[in-house]
Amino acid sequence: MTQPRSFRYVGTRPIRQDGAEKVTGRANFGADLSFPGMLWGRVLRSPHAHAKVVSIDTSAASEIPGVKAIVTSADLPEQRPGGDPTDMYDLTRNILAREKVLYEGHPIAAVAATSREIADRAVAAIQVEYELLEPVLDLDRAIAPDAPILHAELRCAGSDPKPEGPTNVASRILIERGDVERAFADADVVIEREFTTPTVHQGYIEPFACVARTTEDGQSTLWCCTQGPFTVRSLCAALLRIETSKIKVIPSEIGGGFGGKTTVYQEPLALLLSRKSGRAVKMVMTRQEVFRATGPASASRIRVKLGAKRDGTLTAAEASLAYEAGAFKGSPVVAGAMAMFAMYDLPSVRIEGFDVVTNKPKVNAYRAPGAPMATFASESVVDELAASLEMDPIEFRLKNAVRQGSVAVYGPKLKAVGLVECLEALRDSEHYRTPLSENQGRGIACGFWFNGNMQSSAQIHVNEDGTATVVSGCPDIGGSRASLALMAAEELGIPVEQIRPIVADTETIGYNDGTGGSRVTYATGTAVIEAARDIVLQLRQRAAAFWDTQLENVGYEDGKAIPLGDAAENQQPLPLSTLARRAARMGGPIVGRSTWTARGNGPSFAAHLVDVEVDPETGRVEVLRYTAAQDAGKAIHPSYVEGQYQGGAVQGIGWALNEAYFYDAEGHLQNASFLDYRMPVASDLPMIDTIVVEVPNPNHPYGVRGVGETSIVPPLAAVANAVQAATGIRFVDLPMSPPAVLAAIDRTRG
Amino acid sequence: MVTVHLPKSLQSYSDGAPSVQIEAGTVRQLILELDRRYPGLGAELRSGMAIAIDGEIIQEPLLERLGAESEVHFLPPIGGG
Repeated sequence: MTQPRSFRYVGTRPIRQDGAEKVTGRANFGADLSFPGMLWGRVLRSPHAHAKVVSIDTSAASEIPGVKAIVTSADLPEQRPGGDPTDMYDLTRNILAREKVLYEGHPIAAVAATSREIADRAVAAIQVEYELLEPVLDLDRAIAPDAPILHAELRCAGSDPKPEGPTNVASRILIERGDVERAFADADVVIEREFTTPTVHQGYIEPFACVARTTEDGQSTLWCCTQGPFTVRSLCAALLRIETSKIKVIPSEIGGGFGGKTTVYQEPLALLLSRKSGRAVKMVMTRQEVFRATGPASASRIRVKLGAKRDGTLTAAEASLAYEAGAFKGSPVVAGAMAMFAMYDLPSVRIEGFDVVTNKPKVNAYRAPGAPMATFASESVVDELAASLEMDPIEFRLKNAVRQGSVAVYGPKLKAVGLVECLEALRDSEHYRTPLSENQGRGIACGFWFNGNMQSSAQIHVNEDGTATVVSGCPDIGGSRASLALMAAEELGIPVEQIRPIVADTETIGYNDGTGGSRVTYATGTAVIEAARDIVLQLRQRAAAFWDTQLENVGYEDGKAIPLGDAAENQQPLPLSTLARRAARMGGPIVGRSTWTARGNGPSFAAHLVDVEVDPETGRVEVLRYTAAQDAGKAIHPSYVEGQYQGGAVQGIGWALNEAYFYDAEGHLQNASFLDYRMPVASDLPMIDTIVVEVPNPNHPYGVRGVGETSIVPPLAAVANAVQAATGIRFVDLPMSPPAVLAAIDRTRG
Repeated sequence: MVTVHLPKSLQSYSDGAPSVQIEAGTVRQLILELDRRYPGLGAELRSGMAIAIDGEIIQEPLLERLGAESEVHFLPPIGGG
């Protein structure tokens, strides 16, 4: 590993290369593309949360002038159950319902017509006969002995003994280490509580949108907003059972994803309609469709028990987590279970997790999937333990915090990590010492996220004048083009302004897993560094040949091949621009490339500090001040690192204070709009202050670790701990909305 | 010898032993040997498990090399957002 002592470009804050296009409104997002003669695709969605589909009659719809194609599940090939990592049997049923509809908004059929209005009319003309079933809308009902069963074939994986009958509990996991019973017996204080969190949505601004076009030779092109164009290609090819090479996916700019755009919904339908009609087909979801039919984050119920010695040493932890998966199995309960105590050196742990299906949309990833709700529970109890032992909440956490060499709750021994540094930064901050007034409270909480790896490819093309193009295949959600360009600049020794970073389509660059798991700056960034080093080697080889010397007599510094040893006596440095200009005579085009299956993205820890004021007359919680400290390893572009901290904190504050799906008794979502689904906006909050801690990840050439997700993990508990400090009331159910807070205050008033 | 730590859910294969010692140079060899010793375990480990080798989590580790004293943990795969 090379560890540069100082950086010339990394750590600076240049204007992002895609900035001008975005602030002027010229950048093309998913819904911006149109073709002459294009059709509009619309989807018929179930009005019922749970019903058998008895029949679908599309005959009247197909006779409406302007209707060019209609598809139902009969147009999608059946898939085999199981599959890794995606269960295609479930996925094809989520794309278009087959035997049953499993949530309000579940797609049943799709229509392509010459206008959106005609497509809507055709959708309304499709006749569906349903046999209504009782909907299962929460965890309690789902696990009740007489609960209606969503999937007759579902058996609980991981249960012992193996179940014989069908169930709504898709799986059970168990993490166990040490002697938990004895460790609790050794504790001087034990606190146990149960928490709940509701279904929440990622709230990305841009609804799903795509255009599919298929030519006479069966070749399809799909333009769409997605976090993973290669994932979209793979899933669509499998769903439609066509060759991967028949589909090219071109990612548009993306107006937010946060994990929600890591799968497919209408993209295979657009392809199917396009293949059937022979025309380009555009599909754009409404906001209502986004809320009703795309994957939100799980609702959860979590019981936590923690024990500590009188000196503040944690002795044992126990937890039971139940997460709603929505209509099909696959909640992030495993990640929640593994993450919730990962901040602490705990010798004895027992965590049980349950993945439970309900009649709501199938959940999808949402920033550190599974961790925020579990950490809301664990960090609330940690705070209560500290208070019961009359210890400062930061000192209590510092006493138990994981360090290099600690064994993580989920098994492995940790390398260098920065939790202690985050906590110390908050402890030493001016914020932590600022006095509070009446009805105000201060809360702190920690958080952890694993950070992902997966596959990345990168290429760098050196142009004739010595400028360069960096080509990656990961859509830029949080400023990754800027960070990739900075790393290329650092290696090539040329100004970042001379580097153009682009996000390529699936035919232009080797396979890339999606933008997710906080992996792009680490994994694709490392590929870019290696591609740049590939170029530097080629430049040195050309200079060595030109100087009639050995490779070891040529170095590379500040964008120049440098003669060393004997060569230094009679040769002058050769700038990259000169070697690029002479490329045709000195070996041809200069292209660097790198591919790898990434490993070693170091985990990231954060600690958040928040001050709130609670209005005792209305129950409204106002966030007065917020500081987020997080370990970035090395901040490549500090502005975008800070932006990730701020964005995660704001989403977590929304989760804590206001956001929730509200269903009626029949399973109809009651607040499927941004008017009624209350997310925080800029005017609701103070500036989120940030502290960028840098404990280098030993696995990365510059020390980078992912930063995109950890920031949403601590806020739920941090805000709850602050509200507790302000009111004396421990809130265990989210959201802490004004009616909920006021009702709790009223109860204390008697 | 490589030390392999098994999750609770797979310890029924190893008669309840939380860890076992295996001679192996790559993850592929390790899984083959585990399957030879504990029939059926190999299929479980191949079906979407992630692995941590000396503290580093790796998603698709089949050909990863192991050190003579490596510590290996099999983990459920984690999806990011």
